[in-house]
Amino acid sequence: MDFIILSLIKAAVVAFVLLTALAYLQWIERKVIAHIQLRVGPYRVGPHGLLQPLADVVKLITKEGVIPSHVNKLFYLMAPWMAVVLALISIAVIPFGPQITVGPVTTWMQLTDLRIGILFVLAVSSIGVYGVALGGWASNNKYSLLGGLRSSAQMISYELPLGLAVASPLLLANTLSFREMVAYQDGFWLGFIPRWNVFPEILGFIVFLIAGFAETNRVPFDLPEAENELVAGFHTEYSSMKFAAFFMAEYANMVTVTAVATLLFLGGWLPPFPEPYSDFIPIAVFALGGLIAIYHGLNPARRMDKFTLPVTGLVFLGIAGLFGLSLLVPVLKTILMALFWFCAKVGILLFVFIWVRGTSPRFRYDQLMRFAWVGLFPISMLNLLATGLVVALSSK
Amino acid sequence: MTALIFFIFAGIAVFCAINLVAQTHPIASALSLIGVMGSLAILYLQLGGEFIAAAQVIVYAGAIMVLFVFVIMLLNAGAEGTSLQVSQFAKYLGIVLLAAFLGLISFIIQSMLPRTEGVVFGAFQGGTALDVGRKLFTVYLLPFEVTSVLILIAIVGAIVLARKEI
Repeated sequence: MDFIILSLIKAAVVAFVLLTALAYLQWIERKVIAHIQLRVGPYRVGPHGLLQPLADVVKLITKEGVIPSHVNKLFYLMAPWMAVVLALISIAVIPFGPQITVGPVTTWMQLTDLRIGILFVLAVSSIGVYGVALGGWASNNKYSLLGGLRSSAQMISYELPLGLAVASPLLLANTLSFREMVAYQDGFWLGFIPRWNVFPEILGFIVFLIAGFAETNRVPFDLPEAENELVAGFHTEYSSMKFAAFFMAEYANMVTVTAVATLLFLGGWLPPFPEPYSDFIPIAVFALGGLIAIYHGLNPARRMDKFTLPVTGLVFLGIAGLFGLSLLVPVLKTILMALFWFCAKVGILLFVFIWVRGTSPRFRYDQLMRFAWVGLFPISMLNLLATGLVVALSSK
Repeated sequence: MTALIFFIFAGIAVFCAINLVAQTHPIASALSLIGVMGSLAILYLQLGGEFIAAAQVIVYAGAIMVLFVFVIMLLNAGAEGTSLQVSQFAKYLGIVLLAAFLGLISFIIQSMLPRTEGVVFGAFQGGTALDVGRKLFTVYLLPFEVTSVLILIAIVGAIVLARKEI
């Protein structure tokens, strides 16, 4: 098939799935935080609030976009689109799975593979700060300006430990391409411990995650939008889709950080167990989830549960059946297994992001800076030195 | 195709560079400089220097310019007023004369240089991270180390200047 048509199809699929996932990530976040705080969260729009993201999108699009009279118009309008475009671009180099052959077409489950893929993600994320900084400055509002300033200072500071933490697995695998990075992590030590970078590089992984929280402006590092002192921080003056663009950028950055962490440290789409056992885990997970849902549907606690839970259970059983079917069809198995393990790892990391937001209070500004320069930076530096020493000694 | 991309981004680079000088507001100038650096990175990429292109974006556009923007925002620098009062006629004449002068200089320099063959996009293959690293740690090891000592001295100097008592 023509290269351009194939690329367009892949880009369309990835863009559609990513944008839907971003909308539903927000639903999941509200649900998880609600349950942490003993509430139910979105519940009215659709069963269990499942149509809430759709309602939110319609609301944000049809809302009047107010442009305050005192803003610097060009930069004010440019900032949200800059933020969201730069946040979405990184997905182009993220691989979701191995090479697959469907009929006559052989392709990678990835939009494009750069030899400098990891540097590309770092470069795009390092420019991403301008969206927030400009938005804060162009609003001509002291709270927005403070938010933008904090954000740029924070992102410069945390980019250093982030970059150093990324460098250690690069040293081990000796590559800058995501595909080769995952290929390096294939296999098992002693037959059952996966050869993932997270085991030798546990320090680097922790530093990467913490710096990732700061780079995405998430709790406990969400100083740029600290409500109790800055109203809403850098997006105080924004409304309708311009406001939504900042939110989309935040969630897209979260997905990028967790996907990169998965690829660099957690073996990408590779399963955590040796081949024959790992095939049955998705079936077991989905079948068990479906059976639990059907059981609760037969003993309903609320009125609507009689309908919603059995339907969910049947869908889950259907997915389990699909995985069972895939054991007979090799192509389907390659695609489904890669997607399952990749999404499972990214999903667990995203859950950690939400979980931390539900439990941890915000840092004070001086604590934030001291933590980066006195805590994380020396640790990641030492980690990099130790890794370099081991690699140099063992590569003779 | 490659020539088209080259002309687009070379044009953007030149436009941003002129805009950088023409703008009166510091933030607009800083953003133009980012535009220059971004399009330069694309030109490096076309020439096969992929590592240099990535480093250009990460270090210059991503780190140094963020500091520039940060300082401009922190000092809250406003637009500069133009102090020079010149007539419209002189301004337009100046543009034409400047273009002629620069054209003349570039023609003289070009005729003085030895003849070289044109650049072929995609012909140069030694721009990967591996090649750059190998060169840096073998052929250019001494300049590399000397540069890092120089930067260390600059950091220490900045701290000494910034702090009253140590």
